[in-house]
Amino acid sequence: MIKKITCIECPKGCGLELDIENCHVIKVSGNKCPKGEKYAIAEIEDPVRILTSTVAAQGLSLKMVPVRTDKPIPKSRMREVMKEIKKLKISKPQLPGDIVLKNILGLNVDLIVTRNVC
Amino acid sequence: MIKRDLVIVGGGPAGMAAAISAHENGSKDILLLERDQYLGGILNQCIHTGFGLEYFKEVLTGPEYASRFIEKIKDIPNIEVSLKSFVVKLTTGKELTFLKPGCLTQVRAKAIIMATGCREKTREMVHIAGFRPAGIFSAGLAQKLINIEGLLPGKEVVIVGSGDIGLIMARRFRLEGASVKAVIEIKKTSRGLIRNVAQCIEDFDIPFYLSHKITKIYGKDRVEKVSVSRVDDAFNAILGSEFDIACDTVLISVGLIPENELLEMTRGASVPGLFVCGNSLKVYDVVDSVTKDSIEAGRVAAEYLKGL
Ligand code: SF4
Repeated sequence: MIKKITCIECPKGCGLELDIENCHVIKVSGNKCPKGEKYAIAEIEDPVRILTSTVAAQGLSLKMVPVRTDKPIPKSRMREVMKEIKKLKISKPQLPGDIVLKNILGLNVDLIVTRNVC
Repeated sequence: MIKRDLVIVGGGPAGMAAAISAHENGSKDILLLERDQYLGGILNQCIHTGFGLEYFKEVLTGPEYASRFIEKIKDIPNIEVSLKSFVVKLTTGKELTFLKPGCLTQVRAKAIIMATGCREKTREMVHIAGFRPAGIFSAGLAQKLINIEGLLPGKEVVIVGSGDIGLIMARRFRLEGASVKAVIEIKKTSRGLIRNVAQCIEDFDIPFYLSHKITKIYGKDRVEKVSVSRVDDAFNAILGSEFDIACDTVLISVGLIPENELLEMTRGASVPGLFVCGNSLKVYDVVDSVTKDSIEAGRVAAEYLKGL
């Protein structure tokens, strides 16, 4: 089966053509660099995304603190992870990279702060 | 009137890169004016990833990209940062007037770099008929409300235009639990980067109508619905193709234009020592290009000062 997708790894946005057999990618074309092939395989076999959002702050210089997962998470778990993020509050100063939530839902991924808040 | 060698207007990615570059090229007396209470400009509200791949060779969010420059500037005593400083006047004699809470200050510069970024095109610029109810926002304003203020501007959203900010906001609204009813683009292709169509629209199965336009916005106090039509090659609505979409919010994402109000005060005069960089020069697709352009502007300004 041939499937066409767009590589999202960089702004070039290459159009990829994947040859898929039994849910496995056997050939990728259209990618201008090796990252495209890796992306294509992940996209079919285990699609993942970095999730970015905000956490409400209490008594700090910002109202909302931007956060992201330090590694990509399965696309299918984004909604659940958003629910976990919604439960959080930040009340202590943070630097970019500080961990707000460790090992979210056992995914082996941490939620980290992306902006200085004091 | 105070006197400075180099004044940079705007503390976003362009102004910060220009300031650092001017310093690295020998400028010792730099004043960086920023109207907001933080450096970073629009990057602070761009909490999504996609920044820095070219310049830092890693994938960063907007605030992370900004903080790399903010931290660097903190360590350079030759760059004085003046926040909450809103420039209201620019003359051909390279005099700037800026407002800071409680005072109006005039500064004469030997060189000026304008790094004022860009702004969003508005509903008025795309001519949508209908009423003027609450619930119509530019995509960037909605982004600020959600990411900076923590407010969700609506629950059922239709996005007009497929600019990158609109696409990014479609995903953001979805993640926040709102429903995005449609993205309506008058052209045959997306205005925004194709990767944003993939990760913001297709990932969330959001209906994406190309060659369509909104013909009317309805609603008395709040937006209630919009009418949408298919368009022909001349962008005219095709009779009989009209349908309605119920919604409470309309986002406008039809592109960006350089912010040049201050420059216009010089009435197109050629002023030696007055430079422009970043999105106020031309609207770039990615911030890495803004940085590259502004590093060059900082270098050229420093060279100019040396030659005086
Ligand atoms: S294949 Fe490589 S060049 Fe093409 S979009 Fe993906 S990362 Fe970018």
